Amino acid sequence: MSSRKKKHKELFAQGNEAVVEGALLAGCDFFAGYPITPSTEIAEEMSRRLPLLENGVFLQMEDEIASMGAIIGASLAGRKVLTATSGPGFSLMQEHIGYACMAEVPLVIVNVMRGGPSTGLPTNPAQGDVQQARWGTHGDHPIIVLSAVNVRECLEMTVTAFNFAEKYRTPVILLIDEVTAHTREKITLPDPSTFQIFSRVAPSMPFDWYTPFEETMKGVPCMPPMGTGYRFHTTGLTHDSQGFPTSKPQEVEGLMNRLFRKIDQHYYDIQMVDEIQCEDAEIAIVAYGSVARSAELAVELAREQGVRAGLVKLKTLFPFPRRIVERVARQSKTLVVPEMNMGQISREVKRVNNGMARVVTMNRVDGQIITPSELLKTVLGSVSR
Amino acid sequence: MAEITHIIHEYLRHNKKFPHVYCPGCGHGIVLGSLIRCVHGLGLSKDEVVLVAGIGCSGRMAVYVDFNTIHTTHGRALTFATGIKMANPRLKVIVVMGDGDALAIGGNHLIHAARRNIGLTALILNNNIYGMTGGQKSPTSPEGTVSATTPYGQLEQAFDVIDLVRAAGAPFVARSTVMHAHLLDKLLVKGLTNPGFNLIEVMTPCHTQYGRKNKFKTVVDMYKWYRKQALSVEKYNALPPDKQRDRIPIGVFQDKQIPGLEERYAAMRNQLREARGEQ
Repeated sequence: MSSRKKKHKELFAQGNEAVVEGALLAGCDFFAGYPITPSTEIAEEMSRRLPLLENGVFLQMEDEIASMGAIIGASLAGRKVLTATSGPGFSLMQEHIGYACMAEVPLVIVNVMRGGPSTGLPTNPAQGDVQQARWGTHGDHPIIVLSAVNVRECLEMTVTAFNFAEKYRTPVILLIDEVTAHTREKITLPDPSTFQIFSRVAPSMPFDWYTPFEETMKGVPCMPPMGTGYRFHTTGLTHDSQGFPTSKPQEVEGLMNRLFRKIDQHYYDIQMVDEIQCEDAEIAIVAYGSVARSAELAVELAREQGVRAGLVKLKTLFPFPRRIVERVARQSKTLVVPEMNMGQISREVKRVNNGMARVVTMNRVDGQIITPSELLKTVLGSVSR
Repeated sequence: MAEITHIIHEYLRHNKKFPHVYCPGCGHGIVLGSLIRCVHGLGLSKDEVVLVAGIGCSGRMAVYVDFNTIHTTHGRALTFATGIKMANPRLKVIVVMGDGDALAIGGNHLIHAARRNIGLTALILNNNIYGMTGGQKSPTSPEGTVSATTPYGQLEQAFDVIDLVRAAGAPFVARSTVMHAHLLDKLLVKGLTNPGFNLIEVMTPCHTQYGRKNKFKTVVDMYKWYRKQALSVEKYNALPPDKQRDRIPIGVFQDKQIPGLEERYAAMRNQLREARGEQ
């Protein structure tokens, strides 16, 4: 099968399978995970593909906590690592996500979102984990959260997620929903040379000079794989620049400030938004994931009926793309925020909008997709009001 | 003696985080000393050794030695170690855990690491108590133990680490006490050279949190008690069951040579790649 793929370079793939293609393209050779619907196909496909690579490793661990532990360990040993999960599994991972933020371990987590608290809604689409991705861990830290609209974007955004993780030494979370994960679409496998692939910068100074968590211009210290002569201590505790636990206020503050600065400073690189017909829009939809797909059609239909509609398609969810949403809010009268949850991103939109435009929310939490026609109805309704 | 201390000092991060946090009379230092002697004796370089530790007093060990060291989350040291070993099988991965760490919050990871038979050397520093959190009972606190959370005495049965890990399928399982440092050295050398998952339980006294509340007047009494109660597993097995109560069998309980998961995985990978090459 894989040889056929190579020959035609065309796939009839699900979003989950596209994630695997993207990960392999980005150089991922280590996966540890625990099966959970609707993310299982990622683990299954990885278990077929990774042992065929020279150093590829696939591990099915005993739970999600163990999966995260294993990929943190593997990343410290120099690998590009991935895990995939869904809502309840994602909750179990939270302590280790915080650990990875604090210890600055690059890794990628794909969360195929579910709805409802506890184990709710395994096989229907929902966007239940948006705020969990941002605020699920304890303590303060920045994090990068991305989303994908269709199968093609699942591939591209997975590559981007790996690049951000490696560039900024941080966990990156890719949120997709069940529609995107399980819908099959024809995609052409891109030529790997069209992608820019980043890998973490390894130190080159003498061993004794190396400071594992030093302040740098970019805020991102370089990172050696274990066993290459740069020995240092890794901990989840607040640490000094040498990596040793500290509770001196000055050192703690310095560390936390650097963690935030390394993301803030690269804000323009990280925030990715597609603007569709926004130039003259009087009403703009702000959407992400499969909802943005419905929204694209809804915008077209609205334009046909003479309503100047536009779409702000969020690819980066956190840090929230404030710069663009703010501009759109200033120039349009109404923002419509459709979501398959009770309003997890509309909260961000309202915060950024700060009274400039009217914000209309549209929420579904019944496990059903938001269709273009019902979105169109909301758009037309908001205009006539 | 001076020579031994000299060796140990070579491996400590003396200019970093000393003085250490251990109480006077703590057994953890003996384990650390033994570990360093064995690494040195086997001629392993500092770069190829990775020390993964959990949380608590035993977890602090990672700060003090000049290897590649990781202080993980509570109970999850084995999961980090699994990732490291699978990512780079050339590294010698040593995991140091406490009894609460390994058997309570990390109990599931322990049995699965043993079942999976991943090539690690795992040490459980068993002092029958949660030391750093202030002396609450642990899954190995004997029945009747008085602790911060069992003021009227522990009612639950304690885990037998050896039985548990052997049943889960670990190829090398052994126990020593810190009072038997020579035995500990021997066990560690075996544990560091055997393939597959190696588990060594080390009984180590915590006088501050356990001894004081459980009728040991001084820390020396605890060491003496370990010496009196411990006996080789062979002698222990020959005792009638009523005489086995409260005795601590020490030595090697299981010693099979089974290749670790990382080796078996590499073999599968090579086979797959060869088969594909032939097509």
